[in-house]
Amino acid sequence: MRLFNETYNLLKKEIILEWRSKYAFNGVLLYIVSTVFICYISFNLNPGFKSSQGYPIVWNILFWIIMLFASVNAIAKSFMQESKARLLYYYTIARPQAIILSKTIYNAMLMGLLSILALLVYMLFFTNTVGDLFFYFITVLIGSISFSTVFTMISAIASKAGNNGTLMAILSFPVIIPVILLLIKVSKAAMDGIDRGHSYGTIGVLVAINVIVITTSLILFPFLWRD
Amino acid sequence: MKFIYQTWWKVLAVVLIFYTLTAGFLIGVPRLPILHETIRNTYFHVPMWIAMFTVFTISVVYSIRYLQSGKEEHDLIAVECVNTGLFFFALGLVTGMLWAKYAWGEYWSNDPKQNSAAIAFLLYCAYLVLRNSIDEEQKRGKISAIYNIFAFPIMVVLIMVLPRLTDSLHPGNGGNPAFGKLDMDNRMRIVLYPAFIAWALIAVWIATLRYRIRLIEFKKNAIN
Repeated sequence: MRLFNETYNLLKKEIILEWRSKYAFNGVLLYIVSTVFICYISFNLNPGFKSSQGYPIVWNILFWIIMLFASVNAIAKSFMQESKARLLYYYTIARPQAIILSKTIYNAMLMGLLSILALLVYMLFFTNTVGDLFFYFITVLIGSISFSTVFTMISAIASKAGNNGTLMAILSFPVIIPVILLLIKVSKAAMDGIDRGHSYGTIGVLVAINVIVITTSLILFPFLWRD
Repeated sequence: MKFIYQTWWKVLAVVLIFYTLTAGFLIGVPRLPILHETIRNTYFHVPMWIAMFTVFTISVVYSIRYLQSGKEEHDLIAVECVNTGLFFFALGLVTGMLWAKYAWGEYWSNDPKQNSAAIAFLLYCAYLVLRNSIDEEQKRGKISAIYNIFAFPIMVVLIMVLPRLTDSLHPGNGGNPAFGKLDMDNRMRIVLYPAFIAWALIAVWIATLRYRIRLIEFKKNAIN
Protein backbone atom coordinates (compact mmCIF):
# COMPACT_ATOMS: atom_id res chain seq x y z
CA MET A 1 0.00 0.00 0.00
CA ARG A 2 2.87 2.37 0.78
CA LEU A 3 4.38 1.52 -2.58
CA PHE A 4 1.11 2.49 -4.24
CA ASN A 5 0.99 5.81 -2.36
CA GLU A 6 4.59 6.67 -3.16
CA THR A 7 4.12 5.79 -6.82
CA TYR A 8 0.97 7.89 -6.97
CA ASN A 9 2.65 10.92 -5.40
CA LEU A 10 5.75 10.68 -7.55
CA LEU A 11 3.58 10.30 -10.64
CA LYS A 12 1.58 13.36 -9.62
CA LYS A 13 4.82 15.28 -9.18
CA GLU A 14 6.03 14.25 -12.66
CA ILE A 15 2.76 15.33 -14.25
CA ILE A 16 2.66 18.67 -12.41
CA LEU A 17 6.27 19.41 -13.34
CA GLU A 18 5.53 18.59 -16.95
CA TRP A 19 2.31 20.61 -16.91
CA ARG A 20 4.15 23.70 -15.67
CA SER A 21 6.91 23.68 -18.27
CA LYS A 22 5.38 21.48 -21.02
CA TYR A 23 8.95 21.10 -22.23
CA ALA A 24 9.04 17.37 -23.00
CA PHE A 25 5.56 17.35 -24.48
CA ASN A 26 6.05 20.32 -26.80
CA GLY A 27 9.59 19.30 -27.67
CA VAL A 28 8.68 15.79 -28.74
CA LEU A 29 5.52 16.93 -30.50
CA LEU A 30 7.53 19.42 -32.53
CA TYR A 31 10.11 16.71 -33.22
CA ILE A 32 7.39 14.39 -34.55
CA VAL A 33 5.68 17.05 -36.64
CA SER A 34 8.96 18.16 -38.21
CA THR A 35 9.97 14.57 -38.98
CA VAL A 36 6.59 13.81 -40.53
CA PHE A 37 6.81 16.98 -42.60
CA ILE A 38 10.35 16.17 -43.78
CA CYS A 39 9.20 12.68 -44.77
CA TYR A 40 6.16 14.14 -46.54
CA ILE A 41 8.24 16.56 -48.60
CA SER A 42 10.94 14.00 -49.38
CA PHE A 43 8.55 11.28 -50.49
CA ASN A 44 6.50 13.68 -52.59
CA LEU A 45 9.58 14.68 -54.56
CA ASN A 46 9.01 11.37 -56.34
CA PRO A 47 5.94 11.68 -58.54
CA GLY A 48 3.56 8.74 -58.51
CA PHE A 49 4.58 7.67 -54.98
CA LYS A 50 1.04 7.71 -53.63
CA SER A 51 -0.33 5.43 -56.29
CA SER A 52 2.62 3.03 -56.15
CA GLN A 53 2.13 -0.51 -54.98
CA GLY A 54 4.39 -0.33 -51.93
CA TYR A 55 2.63 2.72 -50.48
CA PRO A 56 0.75 0.99 -47.60
CA ILE A 57 3.92 -0.88 -46.53
CA VAL A 58 5.97 2.33 -46.49
CA TRP A 59 3.09 4.10 -44.68
CA ASN A 60 3.12 1.59 -41.84
CA ILE A 61 6.89 1.15 -41.44
CA LEU A 62 7.64 4.86 -41.69
CA PHE A 63 5.18 5.60 -38.91
CA TRP A 64 6.81 3.10 -36.56
CA ILE A 65 10.31 4.33 -37.32
CA ILE A 66 9.27 7.92 -36.60
CA MET A 67 7.68 6.75 -33.33
CA LEU A 68 10.79 4.75 -32.42
CA PHE A 69 13.15 7.70 -32.74
CA ALA A 70 10.72 10.11 -31.12
CA SER A 71 10.34 7.86 -28.08
CA VAL A 72 14.08 7.26 -27.72
CA ASN A 73 14.55 11.02 -27.63
CA ALA A 74 11.66 11.62 -25.27
CA ILE A 75 12.46 8.88 -22.76
CA ALA A 76 16.25 9.26 -22.75
CA LYS A 77 15.62 12.48 -20.84
CA SER A 78 13.66 10.83 -18.04
CA PHE A 79 16.69 10.27 -15.82
CA MET A 80 18.94 12.91 -17.33
CA GLN A 81 16.93 15.88 -16.15
CA GLU A 82 17.11 14.82 -12.50
CA SER A 83 19.87 16.64 -10.65
CA LYS A 84 22.08 14.71 -8.22
CA ALA A 85 20.64 16.58 -5.26
CA ARG A 86 17.07 15.80 -6.22
CA LEU A 87 17.88 12.10 -6.68
CA LEU A 88 19.42 12.13 -3.22
CA TYR A 89 16.18 13.57 -1.89
CA TYR A 90 14.16 10.79 -3.54
CA TYR A 91 16.31 8.15 -1.84
CA THR A 92 15.23 9.46 1.54
CA ILE A 93 11.50 9.64 0.86
CA ALA A 94 10.61 6.81 -1.52
CA ARG A 95 11.57 3.25 -2.32
CA PRO A 96 13.29 2.44 -5.63
CA GLN A 97 10.37 0.42 -7.02
CA ALA A 98 8.11 3.47 -6.67
CA ILE A 99 10.57 5.64 -8.58
CA ILE A 100 10.98 3.31 -11.57
CA LEU A 101 7.26 2.50 -11.59
CA SER A 102 6.23 6.16 -11.55
CA LYS A 103 8.72 7.00 -14.30
CA THR A 104 7.47 4.09 -16.42
CA ILE A 105 3.80 5.01 -15.95
CA TYR A 106 4.51 8.68 -16.63
CA ASN A 107 6.46 7.85 -19.81
CA ALA A 108 3.70 5.48 -20.94
CA MET A 109 1.07 8.21 -20.46
CA LEU A 110 3.21 10.81 -22.23
CA MET A 111 4.03 8.50 -25.12
CA GLY A 112 0.43 7.31 -25.39
CA LEU A 113 -0.82 10.88 -25.75
CA LEU A 114 1.99 11.83 -28.11
CA SER A 115 1.58 8.78 -30.32
CA ILE A 116 -2.12 9.43 -30.81
CA LEU A 117 -1.36 13.05 -31.75
CA ALA A 118 1.43 11.81 -34.00
CA LEU A 119 -0.93 9.41 -35.72
CA LEU A 120 -3.42 12.24 -36.37
CA VAL A 121 -0.70 14.50 -37.80
CA TYR A 122 0.67 11.61 -39.83
CA MET A 123 -2.75 10.85 -41.31
CA LEU A 124 -3.16 14.50 -42.22
CA PHE A 125 -0.07 14.44 -44.42
CA PHE A 126 -0.03 10.87 -45.65
CA THR A 127 -3.32 9.67 -47.12
CA ASN A 128 -4.90 7.19 -44.78
CA THR A 129 -5.00 3.57 -45.98
CA VAL A 130 -5.89 1.88 -42.69
CA GLY A 131 -8.72 -0.65 -42.87
CA ASP A 132 -9.42 -1.26 -39.17
CA LEU A 133 -8.76 2.17 -37.65
CA PHE A 134 -9.80 1.33 -34.07
CA PHE A 135 -7.51 -1.68 -33.92
CA TYR A 136 -4.65 0.39 -35.37
CA PHE A 137 -5.21 2.90 -32.56
CA ILE A 138 -5.05 0.13 -29.97
CA THR A 139 -1.82 -1.17 -31.54
CA VAL A 140 -0.29 2.30 -31.42
CA LEU A 141 -1.20 2.57 -27.72
CA ILE A 142 0.29 -0.85 -26.93
CA GLY A 143 3.36 0.15 -28.92
CA SER A 144 3.90 3.36 -26.98
CA ILE A 145 3.51 1.51 -23.67
CA SER A 146 6.05 -1.12 -24.78
CA PHE A 147 8.53 1.56 -25.87
CA SER A 148 8.12 3.27 -22.50
CA THR A 149 8.74 0.18 -20.37
CA VAL A 150 11.87 -0.79 -22.29
CA PHE A 151 13.36 2.68 -22.73
CA THR A 152 12.77 3.76 -19.12
CA MET A 153 14.90 0.90 -17.76
CA ILE A 154 17.56 1.39 -20.46
CA SER A 155 17.74 5.13 -19.80
CA ALA A 156 18.23 4.40 -16.10
CA ILE A 157 21.22 2.22 -17.03
CA ALA A 158 22.55 4.70 -19.60
CA SER A 159 22.25 7.64 -17.20
CA LYS A 160 24.58 5.83 -14.78
CA ALA A 161 27.11 5.21 -17.53
CA GLY A 162 28.00 8.69 -18.71
CA ASN A 163 24.63 9.52 -20.17
CA ASN A 164 25.49 9.69 -23.83
CA GLY A 165 23.12 9.15 -26.72
CA THR A 166 25.25 6.48 -28.39
CA LEU A 167 25.00 4.21 -25.39
CA MET A 168 21.24 4.68 -25.19
CA ALA A 169 20.90 3.62 -28.84
CA ILE A 170 23.31 0.68 -28.57
CA LEU A 171 21.66 -0.67 -25.44
CA SER A 172 18.06 -0.18 -26.44
CA PHE A 173 17.91 -1.18 -30.10
CA PRO A 174 18.60 -4.91 -29.70
CA VAL A 175 15.90 -5.00 -27.02
CA ILE A 176 13.38 -3.02 -29.04
CA ILE A 177 13.83 -4.85 -32.38
CA PRO A 178 11.61 -7.85 -31.45
CA VAL A 179 8.99 -5.46 -30.06
CA ILE A 180 8.94 -3.35 -33.20
CA LEU A 181 8.79 -6.44 -35.44
CA LEU A 182 5.72 -7.68 -33.58
CA LEU A 183 4.15 -4.20 -33.68
CA ILE A 184 4.66 -3.88 -37.43
CA LYS A 185 3.11 -7.30 -37.90
CA VAL A 186 0.00 -6.47 -35.82
CA SER A 187 -0.42 -3.01 -37.31
CA LYS A 188 -0.06 -4.33 -40.86
CA ALA A 189 -2.82 -6.83 -40.09
CA ALA A 190 -4.94 -3.93 -38.77
CA MET A 191 -4.20 -1.92 -41.92
CA ASP A 192 -5.28 -4.72 -44.19
CA GLY A 193 -8.42 -5.17 -42.11
CA ILE A 194 -7.63 -8.82 -41.34
CA ASP A 195 -9.84 -10.46 -38.71
CA ARG A 196 -8.69 -9.32 -35.23
CA GLY A 197 -8.63 -12.88 -33.90
CA HIS A 198 -5.45 -13.59 -35.89
CA SER A 199 -3.50 -10.89 -34.05
CA TYR A 200 -4.38 -11.84 -30.46
CA GLY A 201 -1.47 -14.29 -30.23
CA THR A 202 1.05 -11.63 -31.26
CA ILE A 203 -0.47 -9.12 -28.83
CA GLY A 204 -0.14 -11.79 -26.14
CA VAL A 205 3.60 -12.06 -26.86
CA LEU A 206 3.90 -8.25 -26.67
CA VAL A 207 2.14 -8.20 -23.30
CA ALA A 208 4.42 -11.02 -22.11
CA ILE A 209 7.54 -9.06 -23.16
CA ASN A 210 6.21 -6.03 -21.27
CA VAL A 211 5.58 -8.10 -18.15
CA ILE A 212 9.12 -9.54 -18.32
CA VAL A 213 10.66 -6.08 -18.78
CA ILE A 214 8.65 -4.50 -15.94
CA THR A 215 9.42 -7.38 -13.57
CA THR A 216 13.15 -7.26 -14.31
CA SER A 217 13.22 -3.48 -13.91
CA LEU A 218 11.42 -3.72 -10.56
CA ILE A 219 13.93 -6.34 -9.40
CA LEU A 220 17.04 -4.66 -10.80
CA PHE A 221 16.44 -0.93 -10.24
CA PRO A 222 17.04 -1.13 -6.45
CA PHE A 223 20.61 -2.24 -7.22
CA LEU A 224 21.09 0.45 -9.83
CA TRP A 225 19.82 3.65 -8.24
CA ARG A 226 22.50 4.28 -5.62
CA ASP A 227 26.11 5.06 -6.51
CA MET B 1 35.21 -23.03 -6.59
CA LYS B 2 37.48 -26.06 -6.18
CA PHE B 3 35.77 -27.57 -9.20
CA ILE B 4 37.61 -25.39 -11.70
CA TYR B 5 41.03 -26.59 -10.51
CA GLN B 6 40.22 -30.29 -10.85
CA THR B 7 41.41 -32.40 -13.77
CA TRP B 8 38.82 -35.15 -14.22
CA TRP B 9 36.20 -33.13 -16.07
CA LYS B 10 38.76 -31.67 -18.47
CA VAL B 11 39.91 -35.21 -19.35
CA LEU B 12 36.27 -36.21 -19.73
CA ALA B 13 35.67 -33.26 -22.07
CA VAL B 14 38.63 -34.15 -24.31
CA VAL B 15 37.70 -37.85 -24.43
CA LEU B 16 34.09 -37.03 -25.29
CA ILE B 17 35.13 -34.54 -27.99
CA PHE B 18 37.29 -37.17 -29.70
CA TYR B 19 34.49 -39.71 -29.36
CA THR B 20 31.94 -37.39 -30.98
CA LEU B 21 34.37 -36.37 -33.73
CA THR B 22 35.04 -39.98 -34.76
CA ALA B 23 31.59 -41.40 -34.08
CA GLY B 24 29.93 -38.38 -35.63
CA PHE B 25 31.59 -39.02 -38.97
CA LEU B 26 31.56 -42.83 -38.93
CA ILE B 27 28.27 -44.01 -37.44
CA GLY B 28 25.38 -44.17 -39.89
CA VAL B 29 22.69 -41.52 -40.00
CA PRO B 30 19.09 -41.68 -41.21
CA ARG B 31 18.77 -40.92 -44.90
CA LEU B 32 16.40 -38.01 -45.36
CA PRO B 33 15.49 -35.98 -48.45
CA ILE B 34 17.30 -32.62 -48.86
CA LEU B 35 19.35 -33.12 -45.68
CA HIS B 36 21.29 -36.30 -46.64
CA GLU B 37 24.73 -36.24 -45.01
CA THR B 38 24.41 -32.61 -43.87
CA ILE B 39 22.42 -33.95 -40.94
CA ARG B 40 25.81 -34.63 -39.33
CA ASN B 41 26.08 -30.87 -38.80
CA THR B 42 23.67 -31.41 -35.88
CA TYR B 43 26.64 -32.84 -33.94
CA PHE B 44 28.56 -29.59 -34.31
CA HIS B 45 25.95 -26.84 -34.66
CA VAL B 46 23.60 -27.61 -31.77
CA PRO B 47 26.37 -28.28 -29.17
CA MET B 48 27.76 -24.78 -29.86
CA TRP B 49 24.48 -23.30 -28.67
CA ILE B 50 24.35 -25.63 -25.68
CA ALA B 51 27.87 -24.46 -24.79
CA MET B 52 26.85 -20.83 -25.22
CA PHE B 53 23.77 -21.25 -23.05
CA THR B 54 25.85 -22.97 -20.37
CA VAL B 55 28.38 -20.16 -20.04
CA PHE B 56 25.75 -17.41 -20.36
CA THR B 57 23.75 -19.06 -17.57
CA ILE B 58 26.86 -19.22 -15.38
CA SER B 59 27.47 -15.57 -16.22
CA VAL B 60 23.97 -14.55 -15.08
CA VAL B 61 24.32 -16.58 -11.87
CA TYR B 62 27.58 -14.80 -11.06
CA SER B 63 26.11 -11.41 -11.99
CA ILE B 64 23.36 -12.04 -9.42
CA ARG B 65 25.97 -13.14 -6.89
CA TYR B 66 28.01 -10.02 -7.65
CA LEU B 67 25.05 -7.81 -6.85
CA GLN B 68 24.63 -9.64 -3.53
CA SER B 69 28.29 -9.83 -2.49
CA GLY B 70 30.14 -7.08 -4.39
CA LYS B 71 33.17 -9.38 -4.80
CA GLU B 72 35.31 -8.42 -7.79
CA GLU B 73 35.95 -12.11 -8.59
CA HIS B 74 32.28 -12.68 -9.36
CA ASP B 75 32.30 -9.81 -11.85
CA LEU B 76 35.39 -11.27 -13.52
CA ILE B 77 33.69 -14.67 -13.87
CA ALA B 78 30.61 -13.02 -15.37
CA VAL B 79 32.53 -11.05 -17.99
CA GLU B 80 34.80 -13.93 -19.00
CA CYS B 81 31.79 -16.21 -19.37
CA VAL B 82 30.18 -13.65 -21.69
CA ASN B 83 33.42 -13.40 -23.71
CA THR B 84 33.56 -17.18 -24.11
CA GLY B 85 29.84 -17.33 -24.80
CA LEU B 86 30.18 -14.79 -27.60
CA PHE B 87 32.90 -16.93 -29.18
CA PHE B 88 30.58 -19.96 -29.17
CA PHE B 89 27.74 -17.74 -30.36
CA ALA B 90 29.84 -16.83 -33.41
CA LEU B 91 30.72 -20.50 -33.99
CA GLY B 92 27.04 -21.43 -33.75
CA LEU B 93 26.15 -18.78 -36.31
CA VAL B 94 28.95 -19.86 -38.67
CA THR B 95 28.16 -23.59 -38.48
CA GLY B 96 24.50 -22.76 -39.04
CA MET B 97 25.33 -20.56 -42.03
CA LEU B 98 27.51 -23.23 -43.63
CA TRP B 99 24.72 -25.77 -43.26
CA ALA B 100 22.15 -23.27 -44.55
CA LYS B 101 24.24 -22.79 -47.72
CA TYR B 102 23.69 -26.47 -48.58
CA ALA B 103 20.21 -26.99 -47.16
CA TRP B 104 18.54 -23.64 -47.94
CA GLY B 105 20.77 -22.35 -50.73
CA GLU B 106 21.99 -19.15 -49.06
CA TYR B 107 24.34 -18.37 -46.19
CA TRP B 108 21.86 -15.82 -44.87
CA SER B 109 18.29 -16.19 -46.04
CA ASN B 110 16.46 -13.68 -43.83
CA ASP B 111 15.12 -16.52 -41.70
CA PRO B 112 13.54 -15.43 -38.36
CA LYS B 113 15.84 -17.76 -36.40
CA GLN B 114 18.95 -16.30 -38.06
CA ASN B 115 17.74 -12.73 -37.65
CA SER B 116 16.87 -13.03 -34.00
CA ALA B 117 20.17 -14.82 -33.30
CA ALA B 118 21.93 -11.84 -34.90
CA ILE B 119 19.94 -9.42 -32.73
CA ALA B 120 20.85 -11.41 -29.60
CA PHE B 121 24.49 -11.20 -30.70
CA LEU B 122 24.17 -7.39 -30.83
CA LEU B 123 22.59 -7.49 -27.37
CA TYR B 124 25.68 -9.12 -25.89
CA CYS B 125 28.08 -6.93 -27.89
CA ALA B 126 26.32 -3.98 -26.27
CA TYR B 127 27.19 -5.52 -22.90
CA LEU B 128 30.89 -5.32 -23.74
CA VAL B 129 30.55 -1.73 -25.04
CA LEU B 130 28.70 -0.78 -21.84
CA ARG B 131 31.55 -2.21 -19.76
CA ASN B 132 34.14 -0.22 -21.68
CA SER B 133 32.22 3.02 -21.23
CA ILE B 134 32.59 3.04 -17.43
CA ASP B 135 35.95 3.56 -15.77
CA GLU B 136 35.20 3.09 -12.11
CA GLU B 137 35.50 -0.62 -11.33
CA GLN B 138 32.70 -1.12 -8.81
CA LYS B 139 30.25 0.98 -10.77
CA ARG B 140 31.19 -0.90 -13.93
CA GLY B 141 30.70 -4.24 -12.22
CA LYS B 142 27.32 -3.26 -10.83
CA ILE B 143 25.86 -1.69 -13.97
CA SER B 144 27.13 -4.41 -16.29
CA ALA B 145 25.77 -7.08 -13.92
CA ILE B 146 22.37 -5.39 -14.06
CA TYR B 147 22.46 -5.20 -17.84
CA ASN B 148 23.56 -8.84 -18.05
CA ILE B 149 20.60 -9.99 -15.94
CA PHE B 150 18.30 -7.78 -18.05
CA ALA B 151 19.69 -9.13 -21.34
CA PHE B 152 19.54 -12.85 -20.54
CA PRO B 153 15.71 -13.33 -20.55
CA ILE B 154 15.49 -11.20 -23.70
CA MET B 155 18.11 -13.40 -25.37
CA VAL B 156 16.10 -16.51 -24.41
CA VAL B 157 12.91 -14.97 -25.84
CA LEU B 158 14.75 -13.99 -29.03
CA ILE B 159 16.38 -17.34 -29.70
CA MET B 160 13.96 -19.85 -28.20
CA VAL B 161 10.49 -18.27 -28.27
CA LEU B 162 10.08 -15.81 -31.14
CA PRO B 163 11.27 -18.07 -34.01
CA ARG B 164 8.84 -20.75 -32.85
CA LEU B 165 5.94 -18.35 -33.37
CA THR B 166 6.78 -17.50 -36.96
CA ASP B 167 7.38 -19.42 -40.16
CA SER B 168 11.02 -20.30 -39.72
CA LEU B 169 12.74 -22.83 -41.94
CA HIS B 170 14.94 -23.87 -39.05
CA PRO B 171 14.37 -27.44 -37.78
CA GLY B 172 12.26 -27.36 -34.64
CA ASN B 173 10.59 -24.07 -35.59
CA GLY B 174 7.56 -23.15 -37.61
CA GLY B 175 6.19 -26.69 -37.38
CA ASN B 176 9.36 -28.30 -38.77
CA PRO B 177 10.45 -31.57 -37.19
CA ALA B 178 13.45 -31.58 -34.86
CA PHE B 179 15.07 -34.04 -32.50
CA GLY B 180 13.04 -36.78 -31.01
CA LYS B 181 10.34 -36.55 -33.66
CA LEU B 182 10.96 -37.75 -37.19
CA ASP B 183 14.51 -37.31 -38.23
CA MET B 184 16.42 -38.47 -35.20
CA ASP B 185 17.08 -42.08 -34.34
CA ASN B 186 19.04 -43.74 -31.54
CA ARG B 187 22.22 -43.88 -33.61
CA MET B 188 22.24 -40.07 -33.61
CA ARG B 189 21.30 -39.74 -29.95
CA ILE B 190 24.33 -41.67 -28.73
CA VAL B 191 26.55 -39.13 -30.48
CA LEU B 192 24.55 -35.95 -29.92
CA TYR B 193 24.00 -36.10 -26.16
CA PRO B 194 27.69 -36.74 -25.31
CA ALA B 195 28.53 -33.87 -27.72
CA PHE B 196 26.29 -31.54 -25.67
CA ILE B 197 28.16 -32.42 -22.47
CA ALA B 198 31.58 -32.28 -24.14
CA TRP B 199 31.22 -28.85 -25.73
CA ALA B 200 29.58 -27.39 -22.63
CA LEU B 201 32.55 -28.59 -20.57
CA ILE B 202 35.01 -27.19 -23.14
CA ALA B 203 33.28 -23.81 -22.94
CA VAL B 204 33.42 -23.84 -19.14
CA TRP B 205 37.09 -24.82 -19.34
CA ILE B 206 37.95 -21.91 -21.67
CA ALA B 207 36.00 -19.54 -19.42
CA THR B 208 37.82 -20.75 -16.29
CA LEU B 209 41.21 -20.34 -17.97
CA ARG B 210 40.36 -16.79 -19.01
CA TYR B 211 39.04 -16.10 -15.52
CA ARG B 212 42.23 -17.39 -13.90
CA ILE B 213 44.35 -15.12 -16.13
CA ARG B 214 42.16 -12.15 -15.21
CA LEU B 215 42.39 -13.10 -11.54
CA ILE B 216 46.21 -13.05 -11.67
CA GLU B 217 46.14 -9.63 -13.33
CA PHE B 218 43.62 -8.42 -10.77
CA LYS B 219 45.76 -9.61 -7.83
CA LYS B 220 48.87 -8.10 -9.38
CA ASN B 221 47.22 -4.73 -9.75
CA ALA B 222 45.61 -4.76 -6.31
CA ILE B 223 46.89 -2.34 -3.70
CA ASN B 224 47.61 -4.08 -0.43
